[in-house]
Amino acid sequence: MELLMSLVIGIMFAVSIYLMLARSMLRVVLGTVLISHAANLMLINAGLLKRGAPPFVTGDKNLAVVDPIPQALILTAIVIAFGVTAFLLVMAYRGYQELGSDDLSELRGVEDEH
Amino acid sequence: MAVLAPFALAVLVPFLYPALGRRIGWLVALLPFSLFVKYLSLIPPIMQGEPIFINQAWIPSMGINLTIYLDGLSLLFSLLITGIGTIITVYSISYLGAEEALGNFYVYILLFMGAMLGTVQSSNLVTLYVFWELTSISSFLLIGFWFHREESKYGALKSMLITVFGGLAMIAGFLFLYLITGTFEIREIVAQAGKVPGSIYYLPALVLILLGAFTKSAQFPFHIWLPNAMEAPTPISAYLHSATMVKAGIYLMARMTPVLGGTLEWFYILSFVGMITLVYGSFMAIRQSDLKAMLAFSTISQLGLITFLLGINTKLAVAAAVFHILNHATFKGSMFLVVGIVDHETGTRQVDRLGGLARLFPITALVMMLASAASAGLPPFNAFISKEMFFEATLHAGGAPFTAWLFPAAAVVGSIFTFVYSAVMALKVFFGPLQAGEGHGHGSHHTHDVSPTYAVTHGHDAPERAHGHRGHDTHGSDHGSGHHDHEAGHGHGGGHHGDPWGMVLPALALASLTLIIGLFPGLVEYSLVLPAASGAWGSAVKIPHLALWHGFNPPLFMSAVVVLLGLLGYRYFYRLRDVVESVQNARFNLNVLYDRGVDGLVKGARWLTDIQMTGYLRDYLVFISLFFIAAVGYTVWAKNGLKFTGMDLAPVSVYEYVLAGVMVVATLAVLWMPNRLAAILSLGVVGMGVTLMFILFRAPDLALTQLIVEAVSLAMFLLVFAHLPELKKEIVSRSEKAINAVVAVASGTLITMLLISGNATRLFDPISRYYVENSYKLGGGDNIVNVILVDFRGYDTMGEITVVAVAAFSVYALVKLRPGKGGKQR
Repeated sequence: MELLMSLVIGIMFAVSIYLMLARSMLRVVLGTVLISHAANLMLINAGLLKRGAPPFVTGDKNLAVVDPIPQALILTAIVIAFGVTAFLLVMAYRGYQELGSDDLSELRGVEDEH
Repeated sequence: MAVLAPFALAVLVPFLYPALGRRIGWLVALLPFSLFVKYLSLIPPIMQGEPIFINQAWIPSMGINLTIYLDGLSLLFSLLITGIGTIITVYSISYLGAEEALGNFYVYILLFMGAMLGTVQSSNLVTLYVFWELTSISSFLLIGFWFHREESKYGALKSMLITVFGGLAMIAGFLFLYLITGTFEIREIVAQAGKVPGSIYYLPALVLILLGAFTKSAQFPFHIWLPNAMEAPTPISAYLHSATMVKAGIYLMARMTPVLGGTLEWFYILSFVGMITLVYGSFMAIRQSDLKAMLAFSTISQLGLITFLLGINTKLAVAAAVFHILNHATFKGSMFLVVGIVDHETGTRQVDRLGGLARLFPITALVMMLASAASAGLPPFNAFISKEMFFEATLHAGGAPFTAWLFPAAAVVGSIFTFVYSAVMALKVFFGPLQAGEGHGHGSHHTHDVSPTYAVTHGHDAPERAHGHRGHDTHGSDHGSGHHDHEAGHGHGGGHHGDPWGMVLPALALASLTLIIGLFPGLVEYSLVLPAASGAWGSAVKIPHLALWHGFNPPLFMSAVVVLLGLLGYRYFYRLRDVVESVQNARFNLNVLYDRGVDGLVKGARWLTDIQMTGYLRDYLVFISLFFIAAVGYTVWAKNGLKFTGMDLAPVSVYEYVLAGVMVVATLAVLWMPNRLAAILSLGVVGMGVTLMFILFRAPDLALTQLIVEAVSLAMFLLVFAHLPELKKEIVSRSEKAINAVVAVASGTLITMLLISGNATRLFDPISRYYVENSYKLGGGDNIVNVILVDFRGYDTMGEITVVAVAAFSVYALVKLRPGKGGKQR
């Protein structure tokens, strides 16, 4: 399972990086969402998969549970990624409204700062 | 802890200055004076070989301590710093008018004093380095004291760049010493000195430490900063750039003699660099028309002389070196102070505009006579004794056969030039027809009865002083014509002034030492010179008594040659100057090299920044990804980290294969979908796939959260994309696309490989056991993930909530707040 997941995660990373390298703001946002999915899967994959019950405390001392730490990390990450996505989306929307373009190569900062 | 006293006073000065005004100088002068008295009182114990040692732990875990160690060598320097510091401070009170930024001035000078004392008293190389750089910084501030002048800024930056470059090399050298000996404490390094020369780190340590010493002590070819440092107020030039700071490099070499000295490398590097600096400096001094520039080059040459002596590295040479450190401080300090008086009173420092000043300033003339006689090496002045010792040392230098004639010859040649410029400073400026800098408007070049070539070259004076090509006119006519506006209010015609006592008396006090030490060398022999020489040599030094008369011997003969040829040189001064002028090859010019170097550095830095900071998000991501691939990939390859064997795998069921396949397809679909709705929906499929994965992987909380987030995200995407333009076909060049693809695929591949080899390499047990066992006991909850989030790592969760809150506010602000609430857009 871990081997399979490693392949899936690698593909997700490659696609998300390719999306983020694009010029369209829309693709960049899609890329950030995808890369956070990939990163979350990477975390849970690193803690080994399916080695016990869900991480709850039960009366049975001998019952193995899966590693809870990646899950705690991912829970935090999901929420933060959501916040970031929301922010990026609104920024893209407002940027397009104000500047009339969602092409990043046209939205380059100050022309020459020095 | 007397070292810290100047810093303490420096902190107080800004508060006292408004109340005391100009009188603050007297208060400041009190500090070096009382320290001077204190150090005088330490002479007796140190004479008896009982150094003072104070240890204050600073960063003991790294062997870095504030260790104060006061032996003969440190004491000599401490006395110079505080003694001359007192004289300079008193002199400055008259030199600087009340309209100057006196508060700054005294803060800087106290800062320097403390830093310099720290440098010569630290027994720990790291603390020494810290104080050393602090002297560079205070020197920078003082050279740039008149910061509205371009030349001051240029000179300050130049001195800073060169000395700090040397300082950095020096600390690297110290680290090599640390590698050899395992300690930063100088005394412990000296105790293990035997280990040093044989080590493979010896040569790098030597070269790097000498780089520090040479840049600081203005040795050829690093001397170029010193003439530009003359933009500082003259008392500062006298103090930092002649008497004390530039001798920090000399101090370091003397201090390191027991550790690094005694080898052929030491002998040849030091003696040749010193010899070249001596001859070159004195040679260049002659062709300067500005008195201060002349003094700058003479200082360079005298520092070369001392380096030369340290390179020869016999007991006599080391004793002569420390004796000459003292003597040079007395006579060169006085000469600077006199030039300061001349500049202050007449408004010019041009040799050719000055003459016969003895009639106006008799006592100033007397000071100059004393000091320059000592500088020229005439009996019965102190420098005569040290110069004879220098000649004697060059005669018995050892080394290859050719040094037996080369060293004495170089010593004599250097001394002849020294004689000539000393004579010019005393006789030309103070005797002959009266000229007090009158008639110095722009372009009114003073003509004189000597060769016409000189008059021509005079016009574009001094490429050696570096500003010519920068469009600054270094010519003397600048001085006095509003350029030295700090002197506004002082008569430039001179004539009716008389000696300015506030400046003459300190100078006289310093200059009289040249005669006193010359006549009674016993005063300093046992109290200062021998203890200092012993400190530098590493063990007790015995030499023949210091005395003016040693009988008819080769050094006396050499002195006679110097005086005779020197008189001849003075007689034909202008002709000599022409020769020097024509020898000077304008094309080969170290200053041009420096300027180009600095220019190139700035341009190079800009170019390097420009290729990285393109302003395109895509470029930054490419750089980040490439760096990630290179750094991580290289590490994996170099450490042989890639392993595929011994993986710990869970079984895969059929529907898991199907799910994984669906996710891959959906992921690729995000990439290839031609319209935005399809792309967003594909992303939603990936999200739902992730949710299913979480269920499979026994993470119910994650699955729930992901499900909710996914639903909301999808709605948000659709909402926003309704307002965004349709996805366009990316119009990018093929090569850009190819690069993007390569970077993306390489990153993905590397991630996959990392995950596989991470799975195959388990170095330690998971740390989760603690949470599993204590979730209920300490957190009181069954759901371990939740207990971690709200209890064990509660603060992290608070941070997370904060991020979400900030994002929410930002979203709100972006949507609701519009610039110019006039309502054009809404």
